[in-house]
Amino acid sequence: MLDKNGIAKRIAKEIKDGYYVNLGIGIPTLCANYIPEGMNVVLQSENGILGMGPFPFEGDEDPDLINAGKQTVTLLKGASIFDSALSFGMIRAQKVNLTILGAMEVSENGDIANWKIPGKMVKGMGGAMDLVASAKNIIVAMQHVNKAGESKLLPSCSLPLTGIRCVKKIVTELAVLDVLPGGGFKLLERAPGISVEDIKKATAGKLIIEGDIPEMIL
Amino acid sequence: MNKTVKNSDEAIHGIKDGMTIALGGFGLCGIPENCIAALVRSGVKNLTCISNNAGVDDFGLGLLLQHHQVKKMISSYVGENAEFERQMLSGELEVDLIPQGTLATRLLAGGYGMPAIFTPAGVGTEVAIGKEVRRFKFNGEEKDYLMEYAFEPEFSIVKAWKGDADGNLVFRLTARNFSPLVAMAGKITIAEVEELVEPGKLDPQEIHVPGIYVHRIFKGEKFEKRIEQRTVRKK
Repeated sequence: MLDKNGIAKRIAKEIKDGYYVNLGIGIPTLCANYIPEGMNVVLQSENGILGMGPFPFEGDEDPDLINAGKQTVTLLKGASIFDSALSFGMIRAQKVNLTILGAMEVSENGDIANWKIPGKMVKGMGGAMDLVASAKNIIVAMQHVNKAGESKLLPSCSLPLTGIRCVKKIVTELAVLDVLPGGGFKLLERAPGISVEDIKKATAGKLIIEGDIPEMIL
Repeated sequence: MNKTVKNSDEAIHGIKDGMTIALGGFGLCGIPENCIAALVRSGVKNLTCISNNAGVDDFGLGLLLQHHQVKKMISSYVGENAEFERQMLSGELEVDLIPQGTLATRLLAGGYGMPAIFTPAGVGTEVAIGKEVRRFKFNGEEKDYLMEYAFEPEFSIVKAWKGDADGNLVFRLTARNFSPLVAMAGKITIAEVEELVEPGKLDPQEIHVPGIYVHRIFKGEKFEKRIEQRTVRKK
């Protein structure tokens, strides 16, 4: 089973040289730590940065320089700053190659829910609805089951949706799965020490298993 | 053209009960601290506030909420504010949560003189309820878009890094965020700046908001510039 860093490490393998990438809050942010040295990847932060760098050294933090998670960050060489309309303009125009974000639920047809639990948690969607509605390539980093042991990979989402038919790939603590255009979670890889049976038990939506499922290489 | 006013109290003159105002800032980054403090002092009530976030309990727009001066918030993300959540759940506060890009682009449309925009954000979700959906073939694919109306706030309030008496504004780093869009959308736009420079000192090529969009400008009395999440690495 993977921990949060393991999930981030596996997702980072999907990032290719020359990509512009938007990383959501939480596990997706950790992916930045696993981008191989020498690979040219530009991180976009939707509050208005291309070329976001790591956290500043102690004492160098600047209240005017934060990421979309409101954390203090730095800029890399070649970075640019722009306003929020331009930021979502480049997202809508599909200039950003890959969006990685978290989810509470994903359905077998690629619907995603991650912004609201009615009566419990209403923080808002932030930029998530814009990102999922426009991005060509969306990878979701999530836990396969919730704290009560219930699957979060479902036939259909029970929570209010963030976007429809948009998720392409999911990486959980148990597995890597593709969401097929015609519906269904296609199992691609198992996490170390996890069996196909374990993944079947944890997946409520339609699971497609073809042939031997390899263990993921991290 | 001299658009300077003396201070924050004079700057917010004319903001009355029940009005709609837009405010710049992302989280606590680049918020117009001085005008918010002046609004608290003025006691104005029943405001509708268009702002990406709602501040934290004891800073930013959280101060207006604390004094029950806000009737409705139009925002994309409102976490980090317990008083906000309490007022929302008790029904004291109306909240319209909208996607961040939609918020930005509705402000932009206001400042660009366009009544509406079409965006795919929110299609198939509760955000789409009651909205006109149009199908376009665009960028190589055919898909649904929501029609969203431009914002036309009666007042807009922003904080800029530098500005001059003509109202030209320059923002610093990510404190830019929504502020140029907010500034452009307002019927009357107020800018508080860290540095009010002599006319001609700003490089015309580097102005983010031309003064035509700005009606009142002043040097902010005090900038706390609070950091919401101080994240650092060790040297």
